[in-house]
Amino acid sequence: MIAVDRNKCIYCGGCVGICPVNAMTLEETIITINDSCIDCNLCVKFCPVGALEGSK
Amino acid sequence: MIDCLIVGAGPAGSVMAKEMASRGFETLVVEKRQEIGAPKRCAEGITLRGLKYIGIDIHPLGISGRIKGAMLYAPSGKKVVMEGDEMEGYVLERKVFEKDLAAKAIKAGARYMVKTQAIGMERENGAWKVRVRGMDGEMEIKTRLVVGADGVESKVGKWAGLKTVNRITDYHSGIQFEMAGVNADEKYIHLFFGRDVAPLGYAWIFPKAFSANVGLGILEKAAKMKAYDYLKKFIEEHEEFFKNAQPIEINGGGVPVAHFTRMVADGVMLVGDAAQLVNPIHGGGIARAMHSSVMAAEVAEKALKKGELSEDILIEYERKWDEEYGEKTRKLMKLRAFLEKLEDKDFETLADILEGEDIYSLTQAKMTFFLKKLITKPSLLSLAKKYLMD
Ligand SMILES: Cc1cc2nc3c(=O)[nH]c(=O)nc-3n(C[C@H](O)[C@H](O)[C@H](O)COP(=O)(O)OP(=O)(O)OC[C@H]3O[C@@H](n4cnc5c(N)ncnc54)[C@H](O)[C@@H]3O)c2cc1C
Ligand code: SF4
Ligand code: SF4
Repeated sequence: MIAVDRNKCIYCGGCVGICPVNAMTLEETIITINDSCIDCNLCVKFCPVGALEGSK
Repeated sequence: MIDCLIVGAGPAGSVMAKEMASRGFETLVVEKRQEIGAPKRCAEGITLRGLKYIGIDIHPLGISGRIKGAMLYAPSGKKVVMEGDEMEGYVLERKVFEKDLAAKAIKAGARYMVKTQAIGMERENGAWKVRVRGMDGEMEIKTRLVVGADGVESKVGKWAGLKTVNRITDYHSGIQFEMAGVNADEKYIHLFFGRDVAPLGYAWIFPKAFSANVGLGILEKAAKMKAYDYLKKFIEEHEEFFKNAQPIEINGGGVPVAHFTRMVADGVMLVGDAAQLVNPIHGGGIARAMHSSVMAAEVAEKALKKGELSEDILIEYERKWDEEYGEKTRKLMKLRAFLEKLEDKDFETLADILEGEDIYSLTQAKMTFFLKKLITKPSLLSLAKKYLMD
């Protein structure tokens, strides 16, 4: 599971474009992640501000 | 059923909308944001040459800064200046510029729905049924053609079965503060290189009317911290520019610096960032996004008139694109691979041996002279090796 820190997220949408299973969506200012997430942590690595955190 | 549904009202989407509507096709644009163009994910730089080449006029209100060249800084601060007609450009005000493009499309007859997100699509009897969600709930739109102008977040391509997922090795992590009070020569854009400045990318200052876009892009594989941390460090270490500067806006985004996706499927065309159409060296994508739409519309017109929207017909767009940009992009990818091997001392050497015009030639994918320069001096041999070896 990926957690989004809303204090940090600048809703740039960049993470959405790197998710291999299309689990992420940006709606206005809110990133949502659906159940298809495979915990690859690519979005975590990409995020320019460190707003995403993996479970590990 | 409509002729053309465009997902996304960025530069690619609105230019596509204008091109299609002005040809008399029933065109609808859905944009998920409630305000077109904001917040920007962009440093807003564009060259006059690029604009002229694709024949796009910009309303003066969309222009915030006028640029006559670029200053490039090696890690030590050593500077190379690039000037000349080719370097002239604008720093845009994107939220005005994008609304200007939308207004032009609307004038040509396109319809727009903002705060309306495409959430899925299915193929049905040779057409697409696209589901959208907006303030008035969900609805389905039937269309003969879907144009994915949905930027790096693109889902249209994925829904159509295209492999558009970006790779972390080819996708810059970008961050930017728009700042007031920056003290930098406003006739130039300023670009900063170095492993500790912006690993495998660069930092920039793009001056605007009463502010400047200050940002950087990095590749994760060489980064020791987040892009945001590099930006804070960059600002701290450059008092000469930022002593009295304060942020008035924060931006970020992903920049696809490699193009590998297919651009069409049955009844589907991808334009702009959705198809990774960005210059792999500097990450500029506004001009290419608009140009791709101009090309896509020419092919879409023929296809819609024939009533034949299969991948085999639409592929002509991809071919046109390749003809125009394929070779250049491949060379620039080679240059990018070279740049990614450089250490700080190499940047210093390059700042010594290259003039502004040389760097311009390199960005235009003219490389032969560069290799000649490298192999004539023994001291440059290690650079030549880095250049020649893949
Ligand atoms: C930090 C940074 C700096 C940059 N600096 C420059 C620069 O100085 N010069 C330059 O030329 N380029 C620059 N770029 C690149 C440039 O911003 C892009 O190439 C350009 O915006 C691409 O235009 P586009 O229309 O393809 O996509 P976008 O401008 O991203 O537009 C896509 C639109 O689609 C909408 N959308 C997405 N999904 C949906 C959906 N499901 N339903 C409805 N709407 C949707 C989005 O909200 C968005 O409005 C920069 C990029 C970044 C990240
Ligand atoms: S990449 Fe980070 S900052 Fe950007 S939308 Fe995703 S979580 Fe937010
Ligand atoms: S961890 Fe991987 S699969 Fe899960 S949301 Fe992030 S990128 Fe997608």
